Amino acid sequence: MFMYKGKERLFTIRRPAVIVLAFFLLGESFAAEACENTLGSSVSAALGEPVEHYVSSIVSPDGSGLPDGGGSVAEGKQVYETQCAACHGIDGDMQGNRLVGGIGTLSSARPIVTVGSYWPYATILYDYIARAMPYGQAQTLTADEVYAVTAYILHLNGILSDSAELDALSLVEVDMPNEDGFVELPGMGHK
Amino acid sequence: MKSDIGDKKDENVAGNGLLHRRALLKASTLGIAGGFLLPAQANLSSIPGAPQSVYGKPSRFTGLQREQTAGHPFGPEAGSSSSPLQSLNGTITPNSLHFERHHAGIPDINPERHSLTIHGDVNQTLKFSYENLLAYPMESHRYFLECSGNSYRNTLPTALDLTAGSLNGLISGAEWTGVPLHYLLDEAGLGKDSSWVIAEGADASGHTRSIPLQLILDTAMVALYQNGEPLRPAQGYPMRLFVPGCEGNISVKWLEAIKVQQTPAYTREETSKYTDLLKDGTAEMFSLGMEVKSVITSPSGTMKLRRKGVYEISGMAWSGARMISAVEVSADGGKTWAEAMLQSDSQTNALTRFRIPWHWSGQPSVLQSRAIDSKGNVQPTRNMALERYSMANYYHYNGIQSWQVDAKGIVKNVYV
Repeated sequence: MFMYKGKERLFTIRRPAVIVLAFFLLGESFAAEACENTLGSSVSAALGEPVEHYVSSIVSPDGSGLPDGGGSVAEGKQVYETQCAACHGIDGDMQGNRLVGGIGTLSSARPIVTVGSYWPYATILYDYIARAMPYGQAQTLTADEVYAVTAYILHLNGILSDSAELDALSLVEVDMPNEDGFVELPGMGHK
Repeated sequence: MKSDIGDKKDENVAGNGLLHRRALLKASTLGIAGGFLLPAQANLSSIPGAPQSVYGKPSRFTGLQREQTAGHPFGPEAGSSSSPLQSLNGTITPNSLHFERHHAGIPDINPERHSLTIHGDVNQTLKFSYENLLAYPMESHRYFLECSGNSYRNTLPTALDLTAGSLNGLISGAEWTGVPLHYLLDEAGLGKDSSWVIAEGADASGHTRSIPLQLILDTAMVALYQNGEPLRPAQGYPMRLFVPGCEGNISVKWLEAIKVQQTPAYTREETSKYTDLLKDGTAEMFSLGMEVKSVITSPSGTMKLRRKGVYEISGMAWSGARMISAVEVSADGGKTWAEAMLQSDSQTNALTRFRIPWHWSGQPSVLQSRAIDSKGNVQPTRNMALERYSMANYYHYNGIQSWQVDAKGIVKNVYV
């Protein structure tokens, strides 16, 4: 059985490097035998290449990952109506792709699950729009446009006023109606 | 109860004709021996067949295909297709028939232009090329992969008359080979307070999931091979995360980056989607482990039993992070149960095949299976499985599948 546990595994990974060294010291016949013991892998110690500056687009609720820039509800309306309304409806309530409404319905017999009624953090909107929307043209919106359209969708849900603006600081401060609606399961997350 | 097969009374193990496995080996109980004999002779080819091929295909007579189960109205590539469970046997799903679920189609990735970056709360951000990953020690494991939305159609108010695959086929089994992810995380050096990883895929959906670090260290691999060959594009070529026993969605395909941090990122795919809404309006988040479950694949929905007599009931069972310890089968809608034979090595996180002979007398019957795992979890009835959840929830349904056989032998999905 080929298993690694705890600290032993580090030793086991790096051991083949010793074998490579043995190849040079002891010659080919020993090396041929050693190769059989490594199950055919030509493992050296560490093959990850160091990266100096990695730019990640992952946005968390504490605001990490949010870029500079900002946008207003009014600017977002323009972005929304040209880039989003075709699939989500002019008022954000198109069946199947609904973004708006339903606040207070989650415990009813017919819950309406939307950004406003369900999503726990406003940062999710920024993260998701920036990486995946508009569908078919992902990653084409500027940071300002993403902030703006995020503000507009929150406005359509009655969460922001029509004069609101969003940037990295204010987005984190937005209170979402269902923020406390989730229970996190630990570990494997079995029920 | 009275047996319809005369002196085989002692073979009955539960009501309505469930038999001891010995019964299947006795040709007389199959009702196919005796009577008259057909003339027969060997049927040998007299001319050479097709030449060798560079990449094999199944016989044109098998008619195997995945079943399209859902597609987004604005983008059919953002959909799913299911394994035809009713046409397969054993515990391994052929790569061409493994279920698929994509949020924005299948990217066409050149491995020379793809890498995996480990960043965030680590001592050193590291980038791993495909070629370099191939040089690490690997492990091979037989694992099931199940979409958390598998069997959601059976949560709907009306039972749909569909095949086992259409209803339950967002599950497949394969041998996955790859590099244990802890090797790469160790190499980057974990920050001491780090407790989550955020896995990011390279497809146009920007698929991103947060996973507890301990779960990753214990079980996850960067999978590079499936059933012995490099991953198919639909399964994440050139590399995918694989977290065994968990909802398929966290085994992020086209894996591009892993960020280590102290908290989850609470991405769209673990908040807006893939959370389980309960009746009281709250929702469970990070319900990652797949529950104990089984389904009879033969006989199953839309099949027809063409003769009375003995059939082999066969199906598969699985449970996340656990082994299957028993599968019980009922032929009378759950009144009586008999233990089926587990006809494959029972392994943690892998599919287990079960079989039991059944004598169909021609009477209407309801066939069910319920799996029991190594933690003693018993697969619930449909009503029990739905009890806690909102009508709007369609994830993690593991209720017992019921197949009705009518007097004509037609098999149909029913709720009992």
